[in-house]
Amino acid sequence: MLTLARWKVITSLVLCVLSLIYAFPNFIGDEGLKKIPSWLPHERVNLGLDLQGGSHLLLEVDVKAGLKERLSFTLDALRKTLRAEKIGYLDLSLDPTGDFITFQLRDPNQAEKIISMIKKMDSELEATLEEKGCKVTFTKASIAERKRSIVDQSIEIVRRRIDELGTKEPSIQRQGDDRILIQIPGLSDPGRIKNLLGKTAKMTFHLVHEEQPYASKVDDITPPGTEILPSEDVRQDGRKIFYVLRKESLLGGESLIDAGVNFDEYHRPQVSFRFDPLGAKKFGDITTKNIHRQLAIVLDGKVISAPTIQTPITGGNGVITGKFTVQEANDLALLMRAGALVAPLLVLEERTVGPDLGADSIASGRYATILSVIMVAVFMLIAYSLFGFFANVAMLFNLILTIAVLSLIGATLTLPGIAGIALTMGMAVDANVLINERIKEELRHGRKMFSAIDVGYRQAMNTILDSNLTTLIGAAALFFFGTGPVKGFGITLAIGILISMFTATTLSRVFVTYWVNWSKPAKLPI
Amino acid sequence: MRGLQLIPYDTNINFVGIRYYIYILSLAIIVLCGWSLAFKGLNYGIDFKGGFLLEVRTKEKADIAQMRAQLETLKLGEVKLQEFGSDRDIMIRIEKQPGGEQAQAVALQKIKDLLGKDVEYRRVETVGGKVSSDLVENGLWALGFALIGMLIYIWVRFEWHFGLCGILALAHDVIVVLGFYSLTGHEFKETAFIAILTTVGYSINDSVVIYDRIRDNLRKYKKMPIEQLINLSTNETLSRTIITVATTVISLLALYLFGGSEISSFSLPILVGIIFGSYSSIFVSANLLLFFDIRKTTAEKGEVV
Repeated sequence: MLTLARWKVITSLVLCVLSLIYAFPNFIGDEGLKKIPSWLPHERVNLGLDLQGGSHLLLEVDVKAGLKERLSFTLDALRKTLRAEKIGYLDLSLDPTGDFITFQLRDPNQAEKIISMIKKMDSELEATLEEKGCKVTFTKASIAERKRSIVDQSIEIVRRRIDELGTKEPSIQRQGDDRILIQIPGLSDPGRIKNLLGKTAKMTFHLVHEEQPYASKVDDITPPGTEILPSEDVRQDGRKIFYVLRKESLLGGESLIDAGVNFDEYHRPQVSFRFDPLGAKKFGDITTKNIHRQLAIVLDGKVISAPTIQTPITGGNGVITGKFTVQEANDLALLMRAGALVAPLLVLEERTVGPDLGADSIASGRYATILSVIMVAVFMLIAYSLFGFFANVAMLFNLILTIAVLSLIGATLTLPGIAGIALTMGMAVDANVLINERIKEELRHGRKMFSAIDVGYRQAMNTILDSNLTTLIGAAALFFFGTGPVKGFGITLAIGILISMFTATTLSRVFVTYWVNWSKPAKLPI
Repeated sequence: MRGLQLIPYDTNINFVGIRYYIYILSLAIIVLCGWSLAFKGLNYGIDFKGGFLLEVRTKEKADIAQMRAQLETLKLGEVKLQEFGSDRDIMIRIEKQPGGEQAQAVALQKIKDLLGKDVEYRRVETVGGKVSSDLVENGLWALGFALIGMLIYIWVRFEWHFGLCGILALAHDVIVVLGFYSLTGHEFKETAFIAILTTVGYSINDSVVIYDRIRDNLRKYKKMPIEQLINLSTNETLSRTIITVATTVISLLALYLFGGSEISSFSLPILVGIIFGSYSSIFVSANLLLFFDIRKTTAEKGEVV
């Protein structure tokens, strides 16, 4: 009589039943899922984008540009402070690399005073005295902190912009230090999203210069304190207009609280916007003081509209008219609502899989997995007869348990993941091969049947543990260092290996024990 | 009914006796693979090089020659077209365009305009060159982590000689898989790391089973000469090794033949890797132990049950 601890038998049976319940939702259609009573699990395995179709965009936040931008704010503040303190300076400028600010002192004796003054102005600044002059930059710690906050803010803005589009279940994650991974299931053309994310959407309001409002090219000579920006407006002769604007920004997009699209009397789309109370007051002041002058609305270094102020606007509402299509107007309103990016985003990688291809992949993956299970099962039957059959039932439960665990932990199944499952089926029977070979060996060495089974399972356990744990190390490496599909493969492989250690040893032993005790064979069919 | 004895239980192949022939064979394979890697290199996919990959399905039978001629008029550099699956499915690969992100978007639009609306875009991938260096780095980290992790595990459970010999056999397998990619020009994609690490995991599994038996036998037969003992251990586990290889190869064949283009393309290197992995486990990893005096050092380690 073979014995097996009762708790092992009970645990095995409970696990098998649970695995069936948890794996079940994956095998019925959406209609079937609705019919399951609500107290039963409804979770299914998440399908990766390569299986359900959709777009995957990997963006990089141009952190360096973001830092440069912040340093340029510091430059303005520093200029003001130096003036206020009446300290003479020369060549105060941002280094072209964007890494630091440099300037020279008229009076070298003031160096010490200035360094301590800068430190006081902002504790995150670091000033050093070099041969060529004074060098100001952020401290190492604050650069790291700023980088992190630039990426955090970028993710927030990306999320807002994508949410505004109303796509279903987008996933937006940070990847590594400065990357953002966006996954949008079901989206087959990411062109519009890329377009929306490619814009910084930095919006500012500037006065157009009174005497010389236009220039004919970007590098025309202009009055001091002004800059030339391009626009989409055209002159009568068909050439594009360049506006000459005062550099000083009167108001920025950060004061906006809402924007939307409506139509003017000629049914042309226009974008209306609303400022917050403080912005509304500023806007009121500007429009009151500068009546009959042109106010330019600048988006990402381009004038999108430069209307003449007809009456003071004190309510905080305004409209932008321009030559928009409806889609362009919608996108502009969306960008205004979602806010500006703190740093430009670069698209590093774009992968789009059509829904048909995904469905085909699932179909062929499923077919290959079923085929591999059947072929392995036939092989095991040939090699080990009834004991092969026990191993096959264990393998089947391994498959069901793997699906159940993947559903339960909400893991994402990718195409290589399917391959991982199929491959584990081939490897899962390995433990049973080891056990069966041991039992045969023990029988050859003259052991009695019961004792051979017992010793076979026990002896093989040692080997199974060693061999599976080493393979698990490989799967862990794929999981921790891989991305996307590679990670998916690592997960399924690891889960499959862990489960096989239960199904191949404990579960198959339950079958063997009960069968031997029930049929009391004279010889083992192995 | 009894199962078939696929490998006779009294098999006694003299693995140790032929070890020098094996070493020469293995060295020859390594030199061949190394030579190919050094001079021919790998056929990197867009995951590594950057570029475009489009999988399109045409309404009728596709005219590849005409499509290629059309695409070449765009002057986007090297254009590769390949039919796969059916005669309506075409895979188009185009190298990365000089210039930044904008240049890629423009080029993609040009391709789409040219192919028109009559084709169905089943897959569109654009990869900038920047991701690739990270990919290589991550892959190498994964590989390094796996190898060192396994080395430590075997060291702890067995003895450092076993760890070292096991890892040497693994390095052999890694070179063979890479060599396979290089020699056949099989596209080297991100999933290639799956192929390599699966091979490594599988091969070490085989080696460990044999090592485990050697450890057992060292305890059992205290007086047996070490050559004979290694031979005995390899022969005793041969049936298991062959049967497991067979079941895994069966799974992989199913994936290779019926898994669809993507799965198929990375199943093949795994298939090659696993066959070579078993070879290295049976013929190389145990024999390498003869360079050390394992009887002296392998104490009563690793008894669990």
